[in-house]
Amino acid sequence: MRFSCSTTAARHTVKFGVLQFPGSCDEVDALQAARRVGDAELIWHAQRDLQGAEAIVVPGGFSYGDYLRAGAIARFSPVMESVMEFARDGGLVLGICNGFQVLCEAHLLPGALLPNANLRFTFRQVELDVVAPDTSFTRASDGLTRLSIPAKHSWGRYYADDPTLDELERRGQVVLRYASGHNFNGSLHDIAGVSNESGNVFGLMPHPEHAVDALIGGSTDGLTIFESMRLTVEGARV
Amino acid sequence: MSDSATLPTVQDALALGLTRAEYELVCAHQSSPPNQVELAMYSLLWSEHCAYKHSKKLLRTLPTEGEHVVMGPGENAGAVACGDGLVCAFKVESHNHPSAVEPFQGAATGVGGILRDIFAIGARPIAVLDSLRFGEVGGDRDQRSRYLLDGAVSGIAHYGNSIGVPTVGGEVYFEAPYEQNCLINAMALGLAPRERLVRSAAAGPGNVVILFGASTGRDGIGGASVLASAELGDEHGDKRPTVQVGDPFEESKLLECSLALLDRGLLVSLQDLGAAGLTSSASEMASAGKVGIDIDVSLVPLREPDMEPFEIMVSESQERMLCVVEPARVADVLALCERWEVHGTAIGAVTDTHRMRVFDGPALVGDMPVSALVDDCPLYDLSPARPTTPIYAPPTATLASGACPRECLLALLCSPNIASRRPLFERYDAIVQSRTVRRPEQADAAILAIRHPGEQARVGEDGAGTDGADTGAGGNGGSGNGGPVPALAVSIDCNGRRVAADPYRGTIEAVLECASNLACVGAEPLGTTNNLNFGNPERPHVAWQLTEAVRGLGDACRALDAPIVGGNVSLYNETSSGPIYPTPVIGMVGRLPDARTAGRLGFARAGDEIALVGPFAPSLHASELSKLHGHSLPDELPGIDIAAVRSAQFAVRGAMRVGGLSSAHDIAEGGLAIALAECCLAGGCGAEVRLDALADQDDDNHDPLRVLFGEAPGGFLVSGIATGVRALGRRTRVRIIGTVCSDALRLDLGELSLTASLAELAEAHGALAELFL
Repeated sequence: MRFSCSTTAARHTVKFGVLQFPGSCDEVDALQAARRVGDAELIWHAQRDLQGAEAIVVPGGFSYGDYLRAGAIARFSPVMESVMEFARDGGLVLGICNGFQVLCEAHLLPGALLPNANLRFTFRQVELDVVAPDTSFTRASDGLTRLSIPAKHSWGRYYADDPTLDELERRGQVVLRYASGHNFNGSLHDIAGVSNESGNVFGLMPHPEHAVDALIGGSTDGLTIFESMRLTVEGARV
Repeated sequence: MSDSATLPTVQDALALGLTRAEYELVCAHQSSPPNQVELAMYSLLWSEHCAYKHSKKLLRTLPTEGEHVVMGPGENAGAVACGDGLVCAFKVESHNHPSAVEPFQGAATGVGGILRDIFAIGARPIAVLDSLRFGEVGGDRDQRSRYLLDGAVSGIAHYGNSIGVPTVGGEVYFEAPYEQNCLINAMALGLAPRERLVRSAAAGPGNVVILFGASTGRDGIGGASVLASAELGDEHGDKRPTVQVGDPFEESKLLECSLALLDRGLLVSLQDLGAAGLTSSASEMASAGKVGIDIDVSLVPLREPDMEPFEIMVSESQERMLCVVEPARVADVLALCERWEVHGTAIGAVTDTHRMRVFDGPALVGDMPVSALVDDCPLYDLSPARPTTPIYAPPTATLASGACPRECLLALLCSPNIASRRPLFERYDAIVQSRTVRRPEQADAAILAIRHPGEQARVGEDGAGTDGADTGAGGNGGSGNGGPVPALAVSIDCNGRRVAADPYRGTIEAVLECASNLACVGAEPLGTTNNLNFGNPERPHVAWQLTEAVRGLGDACRALDAPIVGGNVSLYNETSSGPIYPTPVIGMVGRLPDARTAGRLGFARAGDEIALVGPFAPSLHASELSKLHGHSLPDELPGIDIAAVRSAQFAVRGAMRVGGLSSAHDIAEGGLAIALAECCLAGGCGAEVRLDALADQDDDNHDPLRVLFGEAPGGFLVSGIATGVRALGRRTRVRIIGTVCSDALRLDLGELSLTASLAELAEAHGALAELFL
């Protein structure tokens, strides 16, 4: 399903809220990426007010230092209570890297992220297969079946038990998979990005906000994710 | 002082690293023997690490002024103007001895320390580079080197990745003289609006001194004097408690809090706490401002109870800052600290006494003239003497002397000093902050967009997205509105083996190589920083190395108009097995007007011409090949025509800026053949090259190995369309040597013909991966 943007864009811009925890690292990158498709503001972790955001991005980094377990503390922050409510009401929530870990810790997404198979922080440009091109986070892919996006993390090995994995596959919740030879972290089923059952919450380990500018890194494939969110929010307004 | 009952003795002073004469001088300044607090503070501020007592006279000979310099040596970091009302702050610093004792925390806190130096002057850190030296790897005695390498890389990754500052480049060498004394140098860059820059000088008697950040513990006590200013002995495991422990999360909050305080104009001055902790921070702030400071140690938040006043004053606990604040603004400062969950506490005041006074509650426990502490440490003249016998043993041969050129090529490619650094770079986040125009191994220098590209995209877009296909970045770059994207370029370099062969010329070569790296991406130098890593300066041969290296550093920086804006000296890098190679690590920052034409090192297009550019006259002296063959170091390096090298840099830079070249790469370790292989691998292209012209013109003895693998400064390997490449010839020497082709490197030289497929080259070049399995 593809929304027409020429008619809706004129009305008003989609507003993204990007969470900011102490220890977040990629929140400004996500903010600037979101601003390429809409408006975006940072939302401080200690506040509950989502400031009218129509889509939420939980960014990468090391929230609260990640000393206990990645994402384990951030999940209890005041802002996350509001995000959980926002998600239950059908609001779009994107979790990137540490944000993905936070969403799993908050049980907004199934499964968990374990230490990489190589047990090291690894930064690498990876290729991702778009397994589900019609979701709220991929509908702008428009025939693009392969995304080139950088990944950088220590805890990115996607894990869920077998019944859960079977359910994810059956319901089409696996949105992005590492292309052959690119699953350096050892994720089960090569899962790079997964959504919740109702499709409004999505997390991925690679960083689409770092693939939005041809000069910085060569790929703009990450814009697909933000543009898809914009289209989804605008479509829902009708 | 009334507590004279247990005054420390001269023996205590010696144990803290002071000499007998220095102790007597302290007594004279104090008019009586110092008490424990005073002796501890003097011993640190009069240490080599803080007082530069063996290097200060030499450093005064360096060029420190230039049209771009905004802040020179003497502040926490230097700064140069980089256009648009912005300044770039940068500095390199060492954490060698802590890392030799405990590599993970030593390297991590090295990164933390250099980042604090950057934000202490009001700049937001935008990049880290590192310069590492370890003993040989790959033999059967390499366990220690591998342990240090793995620990140091992990520590740098832990701190840099967690705090959200990209590690965009660096260098590493493996040489036997570093086996017991590794080098961990970290360089950081930051950006600031010029008006946000702040100095460290305390001012305004009556103003309040606030300590903020982490609480103070017993970690790192005596680090500067005991660890950093003496040779490492066999028992250095005992010194592990003198190594600090880093917390990047705390520093991340401290960074944001410091910049927020400066943005609101709440601070008179700001200083980080590094080596010698509160002692050096407070004393240096007082000295720079020609005032006094009173500190009450009973107000300092402690990590553990019952710390002695001297321990509080000398603790090197990490992630702490000291600032001077007008009384009316104290409440605002503390409130902002609370917002960032950073502990802020008023612990003292600026005075007009010109004395550094330490109180423990009401009791005065230390009282010293600021000038005596900071400025009156005796400076020593070196007694340099050129060694008459070799200082360093020849390296162990790893390649048979009769090896054919093809064997030499592959052996060099997989040797630890040349093999791909990807296994290290992959451990670091190189892209956070979205400024990284070239990732490691894509170009000779790292390139960082000065403005956040997203900001530029918004300017031309009127806020709203229009169509998904056109949103955001334009096809040719990130500016969105199609305008130029000014950027910084940065390089760090030093080939210690060549400096060991010839400290004067080897240091010039290191400076030239940095500038050549900048030229290859299209950047001109703005300023230079350096970290002088040497052995024990009290030994005449080390003093000679140091003196010659500083002379070379000054000559090269003057010739290139790349003044020194800051730096660091690390001496006593020496163990019972001798000194390290003299290692003056050079960091150079440059600017390019438009990152959209920034150079790459890899060949880009089949059919492009390949040219050797510049006054390149290779020799096998002190080359990587001679190391593999186990040859001892020569007594000197060939002479260098700096002006000719500068002309070649100018030509390459200009051609790159107008888009005349597809690639440019500086010829360094392993010579021309290795540079060709690196260009092939980085671009995924092959090359067909004929080198007879070189041999005919230059070679007296027609040694093909010298042509293929000889080293010298001033050589560039460029590729591009014929008109672009040949246009370089107006300014410098250009020799067309071949063309870019599909998938193999083929070299012809007289009778010799050598072919290696890209796959073979890649396999050899990937040799370091096994160090990290």
